[in-house]
Amino acid sequence: MFRRERSIPLRGSAAALCNNLSVLQLPVHNLTHFGVVHGPSAQLVSAAPEGVPLAQRQLHAKERAGVSLPLITQVHWCVLPFRILLVLTSHRGIQYRLCLPEELLPVATSSVWVRGPRAGHWEVLEYKGTWSGRVLVFDVPAKGPNIVLSEELAGHLTSVTDIASEHAQEQDCIADMVTADDSGLLCVWRSGPEFKLLTRIPGFGYSLRPRTPLYTSGS
Amino acid sequence: MSMRTLPLLFLNLGGEMLYILDQRLRAQNIPGDKARRDEWTEVDRKRVLHDIISTMFNKNFIEELFKPQELYSKKALRTIYDRLAHASIMRLNQASMDKLYDLMTMALKYQVLLCPRPKDVLLVTFNHLDAIKGFIRDNPALVHLVDETSQQLIEAYGGLSAGEFQLIRQTLLTFFQDLHIRVSIFLKDKVQNSNGRFVLPVSGPVPWETEVPGLIRMFDHKGKEVKRTEFRHGGNYIAALKEGSFELYGDRVLKLGTNMYSANRPVETHTSGASKNLASQSQQSIAPNPLAKEELNFLAKLMGGMEIRKPSGPEPGFRLNLFTTDEEEEQAALTRPEELPHEVVNIQATQDQQRNQELARIMGEFEVTDQPRWSASKGDDLLAMMDEL
Repeated sequence: MFRRERSIPLRGSAAALCNNLSVLQLPVHNLTHFGVVHGPSAQLVSAAPEGVPLAQRQLHAKERAGVSLPLITQVHWCVLPFRILLVLTSHRGIQYRLCLPEELLPVATSSVWVRGPRAGHWEVLEYKGTWSGRVLVFDVPAKGPNIVLSEELAGHLTSVTDIASEHAQEQDCIADMVTADDSGLLCVWRSGPEFKLLTRIPGFGYSLRPRTPLYTSGS
Repeated sequence: MSMRTLPLLFLNLGGEMLYILDQRLRAQNIPGDKARRDEWTEVDRKRVLHDIISTMFNKNFIEELFKPQELYSKKALRTIYDRLAHASIMRLNQASMDKLYDLMTMALKYQVLLCPRPKDVLLVTFNHLDAIKGFIRDNPALVHLVDETSQQLIEAYGGLSAGEFQLIRQTLLTFFQDLHIRVSIFLKDKVQNSNGRFVLPVSGPVPWETEVPGLIRMFDHKGKEVKRTEFRHGGNYIAALKEGSFELYGDRVLKLGTNMYSANRPVETHTSGASKNLASQSQQSIAPNPLAKEELNFLAKLMGGMEIRKPSGPEPGFRLNLFTTDEEEEQAALTRPEELPHEVVNIQATQDQQRNQELARIMGEFEVTDQPRWSASKGDDLLAMMDEL
């Protein structure tokens, strides 16, 4: 099913964070870009087919002079229909880079965790010190740096852990976004001028029958 | 960066240091009546631990420690442990001190990395504190001091959210990033590979409040379950039986942070893997640190609260060797790479006359006797003393 190709060495090691790898494939240019977090920097590697490394660079979250660089929590390539953005998130906020040309667009002062794009909108979960469980939706215009917060969805009481979305085009397809939180709750949403919460599904409390425990002697 | 990481880093590294020193002192133990003047006895061992613990948990020091602040650099932290290790009659030469510090940092890195939940780093800290109380259980005043620190931990960290613990975890792991020193006790137990990376277990209890994986359930948009499938993950997980206690006393459940050294297991490090890391570390030390000045101020303030007891009377400094033989220690001292951080450090900082006098006064207060390296007079400023490290 899968074939292992040549490994690509990174200049620095990967931080022990969940989902610490973002991949952007550009078949038109025959390139694949990889993004990995290492401490206060994001390492970006471009590779040709067969894993031949072409270029490596490091990005830092930009800060005022004299302020120490924040740790990056996630680096993520976001493919939108009309532009590609690289997102860096840290506990101090979210920063964007355009693929070409580079621009810095500070948006929010609260901490965010970015999850996937969705047809012109982004879903971004809020990851504050309190992990409030809100889902932030940003509007990304086709051109220009004005990324604005368009909605805050309240549906979760604990930290949001994942978001999945698919553009609902069919008539019988009602929902197009599902969010999950730490307590096992799933929230099902429908997009529109405003997002609408359709259902809540409590997912915790189900597991396989536990195996027979092994009995051991001694301590 | 989390501003609440320093107490956890300091207390856990201190705990590991005490485990290692206790084990080495026991290994070199000589029965009291047979001991020569320069050999270790049980009484000496207890005294060394007692002195270090009372310095570590000094009230003023702990108060400074718990103030929200950024993590110190590796050099600054190493200086604190140099001081701490010499807060007793024990003396370590540089090679042994290096080895001690390597062991401490790799052990804590292992513990933080393998914590099931970020919050469990607090249980690791409680494990260290519980063991420390065991070392000094015949001294109620000291036990009380340690209990007070535990209480402060509960107050400072008890109410933090999962997100804040995640940030603390990330700050700690960034501090340990790229350290791959091989420790023979880890290699023997197969928790570390020969390339220095730790092995992540695929069996055992899942984190507290987590399900055992293996089941996929499908729902329709109305929330009705429509299908179930099982999948094999190749691991051997079981449900967590109970949560560790975050109270002053209690069953911590987690074994990370307990004393893994015993008198029968010799503890060694292989430092051949360290030279590769030093190349990247020395790059860091050459670039001037813009926060160096701030750091030195914090450091001096912190150590100003550290009460170092000077050995009374004409006692010799008891030397502790962390290697198996004296010859090994000498060999290690000779082959220590040049770029080790305690060589001359160029720190760009302004010469503030008044501040340097204040810093020098604080440093002077805990200058210990019989240390030929510190032959500089008490009037020298802090930066000059740092340069000698």
